[in-house]
Amino acid sequence: MPIQIIVEKCTGCTLCVKVCPFDAIRMVDKKGLTCSGKQAGLTCSGRQAVIDLNKCTLCGACVPACKLKAVVLEKEDKSAPNPSLKDYKGIWVFIEQKNGKIQSVSYELLSKAKELAKKLSCAVSGVLIGNDLDEHLDELIWHGADNIYLVEAPQITNFQDEPYANILIKLIQKYKPEILLCGATAIGRSLISRVAITVKAGLTADCTELDIDPGRKILLQTRPAFGGNIMATIISPNYRPQMATVRHKVMPIMPPDKNRKGKIIRESFNSSVYASRAKLLDIVEEIETLVNLSEADIIVSGGRGMNGAKNFKLLEELAHVLGAAVGASRAAVDSDWMPYSHQVGQTGRTVAPKLYIACGISGQIQHLVGMQSSKIILAINKDPDAPIFKVATYGIVGDIFEIIPALTKKFKEILKK
Amino acid sequence: MNIIICIKQVPETTEVRINPETNTLIREGVKSIINPFDMYAIEEGMRLKEKFGGKTTVITMGPPQAEAALREAISMGIDEAILLSDRAFAGSDTWATSYTLSCAIKKISQFDVIICGKQASDGDTAQVGPGIAAHLDLPQVTYVKKIEEITDKKMRLERLMEEGFEIIETPLPVLLTVVKEINEPRLPSLKGMIRAKQAKIIAWDASDIQAEPSSIGLNGSPTQVVKIFTPAPRKSGQIFQGDTQGVVEKIAELLKKDILS
Repeated sequence: MPIQIIVEKCTGCTLCVKVCPFDAIRMVDKKGLTCSGKQAGLTCSGRQAVIDLNKCTLCGACVPACKLKAVVLEKEDKSAPNPSLKDYKGIWVFIEQKNGKIQSVSYELLSKAKELAKKLSCAVSGVLIGNDLDEHLDELIWHGADNIYLVEAPQITNFQDEPYANILIKLIQKYKPEILLCGATAIGRSLISRVAITVKAGLTADCTELDIDPGRKILLQTRPAFGGNIMATIISPNYRPQMATVRHKVMPIMPPDKNRKGKIIRESFNSSVYASRAKLLDIVEEIETLVNLSEADIIVSGGRGMNGAKNFKLLEELAHVLGAAVGASRAAVDSDWMPYSHQVGQTGRTVAPKLYIACGISGQIQHLVGMQSSKIILAINKDPDAPIFKVATYGIVGDIFEIIPALTKKFKEILKK
Repeated sequence: MNIIICIKQVPETTEVRINPETNTLIREGVKSIINPFDMYAIEEGMRLKEKFGGKTTVITMGPPQAEAALREAISMGIDEAILLSDRAFAGSDTWATSYTLSCAIKKISQFDVIICGKQASDGDTAQVGPGIAAHLDLPQVTYVKKIEEITDKKMRLERLMEEGFEIIETPLPVLLTVVKEINEPRLPSLKGMIRAKQAKIIAWDASDIQAEPSSIGLNGSPTQVVKIFTPAPRKSGQIFQGDTQGVVEKIAELLKKDILS
């Protein structure tokens, strides 16, 4: 079996039991009888861990949790390091453009890539695909790119999964980057999953932290799992490039350095690479979206307590003053007060703005998993026992219809609007 | 029209409790459900069949108990269910999972549309759908919110993006991932529930689908988990109550720095 408890090392400390996300480890005594949770607090002689292989998914969570190295998870022998891994050098960032506009997550990633590149003594490169994008090159270099791989053609002006994946795959095969980062956006997640399969690379979704292991010089990718209740650090030691999508608004953008110089490497491919079976016919922008939810620094969100579609006007006014986006809970969307594209939570979007203002949202777990990584949460609700107050940085117990207009007025004064 | 729907069994989030002492998940006794996004995939698959005839097949990869998810799908009206279960699949990351599912789909061989939910509620990666498309070299359309039209081996779809939506036309066969907006899943019928009880679930292991041993499970997964930890819990906040104007003044003072930056 690939996972084992080394009986001689196990002291029955129960640390592994606590971290197992699948409830697959239990403690047994010398006779093989289960020591229940309550007994686990008592001394249970000769107690040791046993893994239920029908429940275990080999996720590996228990391995680092064991301080005595008594849990061993073995892959087939891949210990002989693959010599070709050394051919892979440099950190790449997929630069996302929409309508010829560079998305802010790309600048966040360039800043992070630059920091990681220092630890690896390597270069940072941006990959930019589209058409007529020359005006953005300086800005990308100022933000940390040493090289920009630029692929331009009229057929690839807008994002389409197949050609963008084909191009990225060709570039990876030619230039062999060690690390490839991409925003965890609609485009990024769709594109990069396809690329990772074809080049057989490890891909970690939705990272909130990236670092370099100082000894092994590999990428440490940390992401929330199980709705943000657990953080997992993931590596892809035997495959290149090491690929990750990264959440918006988590990595700060470094101020641009206008003295930086970089190299532009133009690449072009034959038209079969640019071909797409699925054809993009039209892009429809929904004007009601004042600010895009995932790009927003501030989100004003409403729930069941808003009591009707027309009351969302109050939120829109507050949002307008703050330059914020308007979000909604599932209850508000299901009641047709707001369109689905505004829904925050498990079946909607996951957001992590600097400030999240939750108005009349009770805070069901499905909503919390979509917003609990926000830096500051302000919750307004008339029910002092609403679960939203458990995650709120600041809570106001009171009538939203009085408090929201008062906040709008006050913020207007502060912002002199 | 033959439709394949890939689903995953996940723990029901509402039931996930946190042990306040250790700040870890309590999984014991947590109910398993079909991933919420996959419910929309199942519903859309059945709607396509109702319009165009053909057959709907659900596939899941998981431990033997994942059979319950397949039976639930049958109770909603799905024709056939396949369980991919083998100890050798354990430890699969999204690369190995999408490979395994694609091997099973190759074995089925007859299909026009593959539908997946946008992402699973436990892993949240959204990587397996496009991964299957890559393994099978199919076109993919992710985040589909509406199937506008189907004509002569072509489909016109609306794809949800951050600022609105895209209209995409794709030939069949194609892989779609769907979002909540696409439909409202039906409830199981009484007849369906009886059928689900009696239905035979097809079970395939690694050799049945001719999966390469080096590409499945732990060995086929490029990623490894090295550390799991619980994030520092959010500090309990400050609660204000009482005179609206006074409260608003205080809050404004606290947030001033953040809204001005």
